[in-house]
Amino acid sequence: MTRKISRRTMLAGTAAGAAAAAFKFPTPAIAQNAPFKLGLLTVKTGPLAQGGIQMEQGIVTYLKEKNYTFAGRKVDFISADSGGNPAGAKTKAQELIERDKVDSIVGPLAAFELLAITDYIAQQKTPLLSLAAAEDMTQRRPNPYFVRASATSSQAMHPMADYAAKELKLKNVITISEDFAFGYEQMGGFQQTFEDNGGKILKKLWPPIVTPDYTPYLAQIADCDGVCQGFAGSNPLRFMKQYVAAGLKYPVVSGETGGDDALMHSFGDEAIGMYSCCPYTLDLQNESNKRFVAAMQKDYKVDPGFYAAGLYINGMVVEAALEKTGGKSDNKEELIKAMRSVSLTDTPRGPVKFDHFGNVIGNFYVRKVEKANGKMMNKTVKTYENVSQFWNYDEKKFLSQPVYSRDYPPLKS
Amino acid sequence: MTTRSIALVVALGLLIAVPYWMPGVYYVNVASQILLYAIFALGLNILAGYAGLVSLGHAGLFGIAAYVASYSLQHGFGHGASIIFAIAIGMLSMALFALLSLRSSGIGFIMITLALGQILWGLAYRWISITGGDNGINVPNRPELFGFSLADANTFYYVTMVIFLICIGMVAIFTRSPLGAALMGTRDQPRRMNALGYHVWAIRFWACMFSGLLTAISGILFVYYTQFISPQTLALTASAEVLLMVIAGGAGTLFGPVVGAILVVVVKSVVSGFIERWNMLLGFIFVAIVIFMPEGLVPGTTRLWRLAFSRQAKRTAGVTEAAP
Amino acid sequence: MSFYLVLTVNSITFGGLLFLLSSGFSLIFGLMRIPNLTHGSLFMLGAYVGATFVVGMLGAKMNFWLAALLATIAIALTGAFIERFLLRRLPGNELAQVLVTLGLSFIAADFSLMVWGGDPLTVATPEGLEGFARMGSLVFALYRLAIIVIAAVVAIALWLLLERTRLGAMIRAGVDDPEMARVVGIRVSQLFTIVFALGAGLAGFAGIIGAPILSVYPGLDQDMLPLALVVVILGGSGSLLGSFVGSIVIGFIYNFGQALLPELAYFVLFLPMLLVLLLRPQGLFGRHVP
Repeated sequence: MTRKISRRTMLAGTAAGAAAAAFKFPTPAIAQNAPFKLGLLTVKTGPLAQGGIQMEQGIVTYLKEKNYTFAGRKVDFISADSGGNPAGAKTKAQELIERDKVDSIVGPLAAFELLAITDYIAQQKTPLLSLAAAEDMTQRRPNPYFVRASATSSQAMHPMADYAAKELKLKNVITISEDFAFGYEQMGGFQQTFEDNGGKILKKLWPPIVTPDYTPYLAQIADCDGVCQGFAGSNPLRFMKQYVAAGLKYPVVSGETGGDDALMHSFGDEAIGMYSCCPYTLDLQNESNKRFVAAMQKDYKVDPGFYAAGLYINGMVVEAALEKTGGKSDNKEELIKAMRSVSLTDTPRGPVKFDHFGNVIGNFYVRKVEKANGKMMNKTVKTYENVSQFWNYDEKKFLSQPVYSRDYPPLKS
Repeated sequence: MTTRSIALVVALGLLIAVPYWMPGVYYVNVASQILLYAIFALGLNILAGYAGLVSLGHAGLFGIAAYVASYSLQHGFGHGASIIFAIAIGMLSMALFALLSLRSSGIGFIMITLALGQILWGLAYRWISITGGDNGINVPNRPELFGFSLADANTFYYVTMVIFLICIGMVAIFTRSPLGAALMGTRDQPRRMNALGYHVWAIRFWACMFSGLLTAISGILFVYYTQFISPQTLALTASAEVLLMVIAGGAGTLFGPVVGAILVVVVKSVVSGFIERWNMLLGFIFVAIVIFMPEGLVPGTTRLWRLAFSRQAKRTAGVTEAAP
Repeated sequence: MSFYLVLTVNSITFGGLLFLLSSGFSLIFGLMRIPNLTHGSLFMLGAYVGATFVVGMLGAKMNFWLAALLATIAIALTGAFIERFLLRRLPGNELAQVLVTLGLSFIAADFSLMVWGGDPLTVATPEGLEGFARMGSLVFALYRLAIIVIAAVVAIALWLLLERTRLGAMIRAGVDDPEMARVVGIRVSQLFTIVFALGAGLAGFAGIIGAPILSVYPGLDQDMLPLALVVVILGGSGSLLGSFVGSIVIGFIYNFGQALLPELAYFVLFLPMLLVLLLRPQGLFGRHVP
């Protein structure tokens, strides 16, 4: 029997539809001395929420420190949750730009979110500061409205490889990282510099992002003198636990997410002795870091890591830019120019300045995990200064080679 | 004029006037999103609602159309050609899907479609030379139609709206047609239909193809809307989300999927700006729907409406009868 | 050679963990025909709750096994609640069951984020099992071997329950022929609540037992649910033997597949699942085609 659409169903449908659509929408406040609107694009639900929550903590800490005032102007802070997927990132970017009329956006978290909105941001001429590591954003497909104060995926791995070859005297390393662009780019960077220093990469292992048990990969780690891992999120925890449980004892080096300070409190003894290279390190002894760490510990009872520090520093860059433009933000070209010309010396990560692609040139810290007072802590063992995204390579040559990928650089063995 | 046609006219009027009563371009964009997801949900409803075949892999097909369109655009084909490729390959994939899945029904169908969806998701990640892996594919431009660029939010909305109206019209015609009736027959009484001489498999197959067409259309609209495609779009959560739209709105009804799409998109895109725990809110809404209106929002609201009306009618009748 | 040995042992241990995860799902699905899409969330909640007990409440650390027991009970009660007040209203309404179980999983995921935050939790390996068993140059973590033992014990306990108790007989009758079971006077609705609670408890138990290996983190539910589905499809639902054998087989496919065919790592589980669904839809030991 065919079902007829009764008028009641029709009415009900219309009623439900109209009701759902007719929310009371907030109208933007029409203030006199218009505040500077800063939007945050982050992830607060789902598996990526770990980093996303820390991002918000970092930027809010800076805003509180500055009393929500940058260069004499009041700051309106709007936080948006993208849900950790590209379509959500685009929708929320639109919300921030079209509905909330933000002057600048900090975030998003993930590389794939950034790639989804990069064209839109450039079109809308909204300055964006993100810690997402996608290399080509500041290399082969640069976005003129983009500023990155943290690092490209490989920027921390070049110095790590240098340290591994020169100080740890490693010669044969097996790399293991998640099977996605962030993993490829990190390991590619490590491989290039490691091989330039006489080392050899024996194998490159790529477990899928969702791998509860790494044992099938751990079983392939043998006959080497070191392991380089590039895991992110909560995976480094699981990996190190299973690494040690598999009886493996080779020294482990990792990148900015593998040994993140914020993750240290979850680690147990399995992390002892692990090296990592990160643009931020908790034990950096300078004024702004001391302030930053104290505020994070007071407000959120956590040790900050890469994500929180990244956003705190983004806040500093935005403020510094506003001071350069005299508090003005209507001219977007001028604002982004000001941001890229910012040069700070006292930030939680040390000195910060940008190259002509908008990517940071700064210090990178090699740390080693030690046990202190029953907890795991990173102890900084070496500082590499003035590290750019191109390391010691000639920029043109670097850009002429393909972006680091699963197969580039190719395995020599 | 019956109440029904008045309601239809009002709804149509609201739909056409969206750019005028929505407070801002952002909300017009949300409306476009709602409509494209509504088309996706309508497509899934053909199977889940009218055929009784629940698919947990539909995001895979949605993704195929989106990837084909963006891949063609990336390789220099024009918009028209890319759209045609996307629909053709989308429907071809659906045919393949159907050939594999229609060997079962019920939970078996759910599991096969889930497995197929996951396989497509894995392909999207690993076949980097075609899909770009998790870096995805960018679609830099939207097409132009009769001199109007779809880059403008209102134009995009109107094009989406027209396509939506055509699609919902097609579904309405389909469900009232003999094929539609036969399909619902195979849902309710497959054995009897077989005995009566209906070719159950063939009916389901053609339903799949129709579903595939709608899904491909929505996938293309999606990729033009977001101008980006990446493997996340094919994840299990995406398949679950569209299924939830269908069920929450009312499976097997014409407007159920539309209401479901409105619910989910509004909570995800709009309510999430006000409520941090919007994911939990959505969960609670689903649970509440199951408790109070397990057949879905549209049939449930209709039922409550009818209940209210019949009480009215009884009261009037009672008064008349009581009068001596 | 040692490489294959390591993988073999791990296949069995991972299979043991999968058995604990999927036995509950198989029981629920076999008896009640409900695809419990909340199963992954129950696993994750068991892990979170257990981890919280282990780390210590009110300053006192708790013994791992006691924490596991308490977590299991907590999740079993949650399961009973879900069945009694939500699922019982929807007999045979597959779509509504999907809606409610998915809705609950959204709530559970966001709830976990709210209570435990975004950071992962580690659970220390229980005392006495932190060491290794050595065989020549090969090393096996004691706790992983212990999981095999735990899985075997649970399997035997479940078998005894199903084969040797009245409750078990009623469950088996319900799985084989629910209508006849009702006719014969079995209080099917009470049975359903008990079985759902049992299934949920098993999931929670699996969560905390797995925690020293997998840790606990947001997204654990979504990572583990497909695994449970794959095992149940392969082994067949409603069959304990099917769950057990299916888990071990999936353990092997997971380990050897990922190690030997890294290009297919994403498909290593879903391709076999698809094949089984196409060629033998009832699974290896299932009693009826789903």
